[in-house]
Amino acid sequence: MTRLAHRPISEPLQEASAQEAVAPGAGFPNGEEIRRDFPILSERVHGKRLVYLDNGATSQKPWAVIHAIMRYYEQDNANIHRGVHTLSMRATEAHDAARRTVQHFLHAGEAREIVFVRGATEAINLVAQSYGRAHVTAGNEVLITAMEHHSNIVPWQMLCEEKQARLRVAPIDDCGELRMEEFEKLIGPRTRIVAVTHVSNALGTVNPLRRIIDLAHRQNVPVLVDGAQAAPHLPVDVQALDCDFYAFSGHKVYGPTGIGAIYGKAALLDAMPPYQGGGDMIRSVTFEKTTYNELPFKFEAGTPDIAGAIGLGAALEYVGALGMDNIAAHGQDLLAYATEAVGAIPGVRLIGTASQRAGVLSFVSDHVHPHDLGTILDREGVAIRTGHHCAQPVMDRFGIPATARASFAVYNTREDIDALVEGIAKAHEVFG
Amino acid sequence: MTELDELYQEVILEHSKAPRNYRRPEATNRTAEGYNPLCGDRFTVFLDMEGDAIRDIGFQGSGCAISRASASMMTQSVKGKSKEAAARLFEEFHRLVTGEAKTAEERTKLGKLAAFAGVSKFPVRVKCATLAWHTMQSALEGKQNVVSTE
Ligand SMILES: Cc1ncc(COP(=O)(O)O)c(C=O)c1O
Repeated sequence: MTRLAHRPISEPLQEASAQEAVAPGAGFPNGEEIRRDFPILSERVHGKRLVYLDNGATSQKPWAVIHAIMRYYEQDNANIHRGVHTLSMRATEAHDAARRTVQHFLHAGEAREIVFVRGATEAINLVAQSYGRAHVTAGNEVLITAMEHHSNIVPWQMLCEEKQARLRVAPIDDCGELRMEEFEKLIGPRTRIVAVTHVSNALGTVNPLRRIIDLAHRQNVPVLVDGAQAAPHLPVDVQALDCDFYAFSGHKVYGPTGIGAIYGKAALLDAMPPYQGGGDMIRSVTFEKTTYNELPFKFEAGTPDIAGAIGLGAALEYVGALGMDNIAAHGQDLLAYATEAVGAIPGVRLIGTASQRAGVLSFVSDHVHPHDLGTILDREGVAIRTGHHCAQPVMDRFGIPATARASFAVYNTREDIDALVEGIAKAHEVFG
Repeated sequence: MTELDELYQEVILEHSKAPRNYRRPEATNRTAEGYNPLCGDRFTVFLDMEGDAIRDIGFQGSGCAISRASASMMTQSVKGKSKEAAARLFEEFHRLVTGEAKTAEERTKLGKLAAFAGVSKFPVRVKCATLAWHTMQSALEGKQNVVSTE
């Protein structure tokens, strides 16, 4: 069995603190300027200005992304890696450039460590099915946390069922923080992989990844990070984190749906068996033997979502131009403002009060069920998510069936939060 | 009246705050559980059947105002009815909340339940309004599974 080569961690165990981020720099455009980059935000909903606060589900797309996709289909469309003609070369070059953009976004060392997938869900399934099936055997353990999205639970459950391995779940406390001492105890000689979210989609908790990864690596256990909710809000540096895998979805970072990426350390990806078989992922095929292609193509069977990758590249360039540090600071400002304003409404209880949070404000009200609140807010033009947020174990942990969740993006402003607060007040009037 | 006012009629709000028959009847001989995974609504419907007649009915669980009020008003309107009459009423109620009950006559026939006509303007809420009914139906048919509206 290939075990993870232990890499000593020299830098101090310090989290890039989201809370301490500086105020947006002078280069950060104001809310109205950013809103203009997103055509959908001029839609009116029930005659009201659209206040889109469901970014945790999916973000809106800037012109830069819409135009990049249009331009690709208008000018460059061809299949990649298989033509000597001009369009195929252009399409291939654009696809490769998008991969390099993702590499820089995640601060990965090499472009071949970036594998395009449909999104975070497929990314996690890829690792569970390829790395997991190769390394997990009967009696082994996979360690996750109690705050995972279903897509970072079910692939591991399927793996454990198949291999007769055991899924262990590290508990969280009443604030929604991972209980580190319990987590530490759960990593043991049987643990084969740790899969943990960077930011919780239901609670907003930012996990102390550096400590988690360090604890796992001390036991030679690799760590997969579900970055679906972190990628839009925090600068991500996979080398500084020293994580082994990092998964994210393009559509939550202003890119199109159907595209995302998994970062994996080259040595791990190289040693892993392919995930799917087909064209592009092979070097040569005879009916006797197939030789697999090099990274990352080994994991990209079939014609990929070329336009999607190009759109994702455009999205990451867009956030790169705004600056991830600025975006993080803007997000922290909104979250702090919303926490105070929504938390001050009588009868409202915040769910998820971790000291480090990002992007998401979850709450319940004594007076109105989340679902009714969602309907009433929609009539005010305010879009939020209500329900269990694909994190039923989190709801069970807090003993509630559902929450209302407002989640933020670069184009949101304090006015949007004010609209949310007014909407909640209106709902309380109806149900008063 | 705005669409929102039509949805949250006074009688609906009132039932959601103080649901009737929110209990498990002593002589319950059939139960079913209903679950809407989308919003986490979960109800158990209890039936006390005497032959084909609903002698008593109650429910428990949690959900949004629409699903709670609907469950409450359902228990009032099917108590004492036969299994067939209850099923027929569900059919008519379903036509109402999906906007298929076009005539005033069809609506008035439903009595107090006509208050749910406003749901038809909110298609995603149809599941809320019908969850308890689906659950009752399943209890009447003696099914054991949890009914899911997904
Ligand atoms: C934390 C987290 N992980 C994974 C996912 C799954 O992402 P996708 O549906 O784009 O694959 C989500 C999306 O809701 C999420 O919030």
